Amino acid sequence: MPAAAIQVQSVSKAFSGRTVLDAIRLDVLEGETLVILGGSGSGKSTLLRLMIGNERVDSGDIFITHAGKNLCAMTKPDLEEYRKSLGVLFQGGALFNSMTVFENVALPLREHTDLPEDTIEIIVKIKLELVGLREHADKMPAQLSGGMKKRAGLARAIALDPKILFYDEPSAGLDPVTSAEIDQLIIDLNHKMGVTSVVVTHEMDSAFRIADRMVLLDRGKFIISGKPAELRDSTDPLVRQFVHGLTEGPLTDRRRSGGYEVDLLGTGE
Amino acid sequence: MEVLRRPILAIGARAAGVFELVGGVGYLLADTLATLRKGLFSRRGRRMGWKNLWAQMVRVGVRSIPIVMLVLFCIGAILALQMSPILKRYGAINQVAAIISVSMFRELGPLVSAIVLTGFAGASIAAEIGTMVVSEEVEAMVAQAINPIRFLVLPRVIATTLMMVCVAVVGDLTGVAGGLVISHSVLGINTTQYLRLTFESPQVRDFATGLIKAGVFGTLISALACYLGLGVTGGAQGVGVATTRTVVLTIVALLIVDLLFTTAFYYFGW
Repeated sequence: MPAAAIQVQSVSKAFSGRTVLDAIRLDVLEGETLVILGGSGSGKSTLLRLMIGNERVDSGDIFITHAGKNLCAMTKPDLEEYRKSLGVLFQGGALFNSMTVFENVALPLREHTDLPEDTIEIIVKIKLELVGLREHADKMPAQLSGGMKKRAGLARAIALDPKILFYDEPSAGLDPVTSAEIDQLIIDLNHKMGVTSVVVTHEMDSAFRIADRMVLLDRGKFIISGKPAELRDSTDPLVRQFVHGLTEGPLTDRRRSGGYEVDLLGTGE
Repeated sequence: MEVLRRPILAIGARAAGVFELVGGVGYLLADTLATLRKGLFSRRGRRMGWKNLWAQMVRVGVRSIPIVMLVLFCIGAILALQMSPILKRYGAINQVAAIISVSMFRELGPLVSAIVLTGFAGASIAAEIGTMVVSEEVEAMVAQAINPIRFLVLPRVIATTLMMVCVAVVGDLTGVAGGLVISHSVLGINTTQYLRLTFESPQVRDFATGLIKAGVFGTLISALACYLGLGVTGGAQGVGVATTRTVVLTIVALLIVDLLFTTAFYYFGW
């Protein structure tokens, strides 16, 4: 078994008193594509933000193997260094709208390296070719479709050859074909660059296509973790409902027991 | 006593809000100053970039100049007309020039320019940065170890401060021109005499104190706009709220700061 790239140890996080993550334990293994599944509000995006250092944990530790440090105890310069070794693809691509696609991808290189401009140009072209956007280098983000924006965001995320890539809902808002293309891109990048990938999603098709390993998060706790096949064959009713998208099961029961009658008719006081 | 509880709590909450705003803007300005050296002088990549600064200056200053000129020209003309009956009564109609220059240079030039710039620059900075927050651009910046303060706030604060001073100079002169046109055409004052009275030596100090104020106004406008823009939550609606708040709060803040400065200048005898 490969070594862990990230070790999340009993991490908890609450927002204004509401517990979002409850003593989470998770190992992300070197070179794997780990998919974190969960419904809306399950805490999966928060977990991602904790792992990239954009949020601070309330308690617990996150050990980063390649940095040799605990993320939660990093100084500001350490954190900057750590962030330079990551690539993050945000939901909408999060391109800088005032810059062309080329400038977007070049930005991390211009900011964090001393490379001469012609070298940067070559690197940017290579990255754009990897995601199939080389001909669109001079376009502004507003001229791109949703799928192209994500690919451009991905090119920017891999500009500095990251050790770990994070994806936040890579297929959200895309048509099935574009979504499959992005999935293929994630798989290719994982193989070509040998990076460790962490994908947060709720799209099961996409998850099964790309995952080496999956974990399912519900109400701030992990329900199950394992190979895709293990999740598919699980008999746990909650896992079954989520993985197969069933309308009957514990997730919908929970919603129904939300006191609808009380809400409609009052408590009788 | 119970009756008073609610209003007292409400006042307390308001006061806490004001302190939070003042403190927040103060911290933001301190952070911005801390990035100043790096932003201006460090190696190629980490700089905020002169191109970026130039673009901000054009957008903040150049576009607002026609409106500033129009508004201050009218104010100059109105002032000349308004005060002419009284001055005539005292036989001091020539003093129109002195009064307009003092009021323009010290007060109206910088303040009115700042209010116009609040609408132009403040609102657009808040909306722009707010939109970047909503579309996760700012978060993406942080995730790439790019400091949004250096990258977004610093060029805007420098550009607005510099351009505010330039716009105030243009505004001062346009206001004087407005007074000149009325003095010449309606009041029959000799143009050479008007200009001599306008640029007599005591007025130079008025001009300078006015420009100091203008610079402070520029910093204030941009810092408030960036602060409120960065604090946007809740999508497109949040951006709208932040933009409105920026305009309203900036105008109030401008007047309060203006009062403080004028008081200080008064006591120092400047």
